[in-house]
Amino acid sequence: MKILVPIAKVPDTTSKIAFVDNNTKFNPDGVTFIMNPTDEWYALVRAIELKEKQGGEVVVIHVGLADSEQIIRKALAIGADKAVRVDADPTDAYFIAAQIAAHAKTENYDLIIAGKETIDYNSYEVGGMVAELLDLPCVALVQKLEIENGVATIKREIEGGTETVEVKLPMVVCAQKELAEARIPNMKGIMGARTKPLTVVPADATEKLTTITSYHLPDKANECKYVSPDNVGELVRLLHEEAKVV
Amino acid sequence: MAVLSFVEVSQGKIKKASVEAAYYGSKVAEGLGTDSIAVVLGTASAEELATLGTVGVKKVLHASDARFNNFDSKAFTKAVSEAANGAGATVVVLSFNQNGKLLAPRICVRLKAAYVPGAVELPVFNGASATVKKNVFSGKATAEYQLNTEKKVIAVNPNSLSPVRGAGAAAVETFAPEMADTDFASVVKGADLIVGEIPLSEAELVVSAGRGMKGPENWGPIEELAKLLGAATACSRAVADVDWRPHHEHVGQTGLTIRPNLYIAVGISGAIQHLAGVNGSKVIVVINTDPEAPFFKAADYGIIGDAAVVVPKLIEEFKKQKAAH
Repeated sequence: MKILVPIAKVPDTTSKIAFVDNNTKFNPDGVTFIMNPTDEWYALVRAIELKEKQGGEVVVIHVGLADSEQIIRKALAIGADKAVRVDADPTDAYFIAAQIAAHAKTENYDLIIAGKETIDYNSYEVGGMVAELLDLPCVALVQKLEIENGVATIKREIEGGTETVEVKLPMVVCAQKELAEARIPNMKGIMGARTKPLTVVPADATEKLTTITSYHLPDKANECKYVSPDNVGELVRLLHEEAKVV
Repeated sequence: MAVLSFVEVSQGKIKKASVEAAYYGSKVAEGLGTDSIAVVLGTASAEELATLGTVGVKKVLHASDARFNNFDSKAFTKAVSEAANGAGATVVVLSFNQNGKLLAPRICVRLKAAYVPGAVELPVFNGASATVKKNVFSGKATAEYQLNTEKKVIAVNPNSLSPVRGAGAAAVETFAPEMADTDFASVVKGADLIVGEIPLSEAELVVSAGRGMKGPENWGPIEELAKLLGAATACSRAVADVDWRPHHEHVGQTGLTIRPNLYIAVGISGAIQHLAGVNGSKVIVVINTDPEAPFFKAADYGIIGDAAVVVPKLIEEFKKQKAAH
């Protein structure tokens, strides 16, 4: 089985978020960039587990510049077999999806596993877009994925519970929590990653559908109103009369 | 020209998140001086669908094909896109809920439309383009998305806009998209619904607790408080990971993202990963023994105290308040 896993580079969760150029650009100064957690912990690890069980190959694809090499090597160290980097600074999610779809069209993947969202733009976009560009079935918010005889059995989140569905491969899956347990690369993996193939390809020209015109940080820190633990009734009064939520 | 909203039904009932999407669609249509139309896929009564008129929908396109009773992203994308093209819609609105999060990006590709995932306000039109605000960096900032194409897809964050109901009934028309059996890629084998509880993603009030509860045996007052308020229960990652609470209750960066009107956090320190899942809540109450808990910085109201003491008192006070009103 041949599996493709798109990976994104994002600011670490604990990063201080700041903007420059009159609030039109994210300020990367002093920010640590990491592999997007749902891509790494769930999508990539589940892809490797499926390969270990059934044989095949796991390819990671990343759209970004040369400074992303560290996270690509990490994906190889965790257990991906080879990597493709599309050499471009992505302009929007559609651009990224178009690059991934263009690559996938030239290879016959049985399965594409993406993370459900990236933690920077929280957009849940790329998996669905790739599926539509390739005219493939897609299931998102996936918590369980088993493959047997070319059919995926999937548990996905729905409102108030989960649903189990079967879909014939090839398809796209968007992974979330519970799909797999995060793996820490071991020394053998890290050494091996240095010699695994990383192909750099140019980007396809793609229409820019969206532009972020400005960013805003919250105006001020929230003022917390403290209520004494001996006067809990006051909290109930405030929630009723001031906040009007109960 | 028209604005088309995708309205989901479940067991024949319109989902709450979809009422918000339809209302949002009607507001956009009003701003553009055009009609608000909705598309519904699957079994539902004409009476139920006509109620969309109360949130400004003029016409409902209803495809009652029973194959739509199960969600399949490929089939739904095809049908909603066909409805959008047929109605000449320039804006398609969906809820940014479980199904919308997948459907919207597919539809945007199919329609070659610019897309904003998780809008928190109405769009501002400027000629052919529009800008829409959305949360970014897990709620730590907002961004203005400019949609550069003639056709636009907007997925609206649940609980961003409270629908104002008016009078009126929508006209319901039959819609028969051309569907082949091969368009329906997913075969649903079953669902596992948490019964007797309010789904967390739909809840307006949420009572949540974490490690400060000291053990799973101490959750009684949390559940009692939730029941009293008609609230859903949630928890932090730490307690879901040690199986004090079920995983579906976990809110935060790697769990559910929720935006209730009231979020009461008991014994949760408020690490940035947890805040990422709840900082869209309208009002946050924090109860914690540690005055330095970072959660107080994000709270509207705080009580520094022990959950074991404060929560039972809170239950008594809410009971008194309920009796008085």
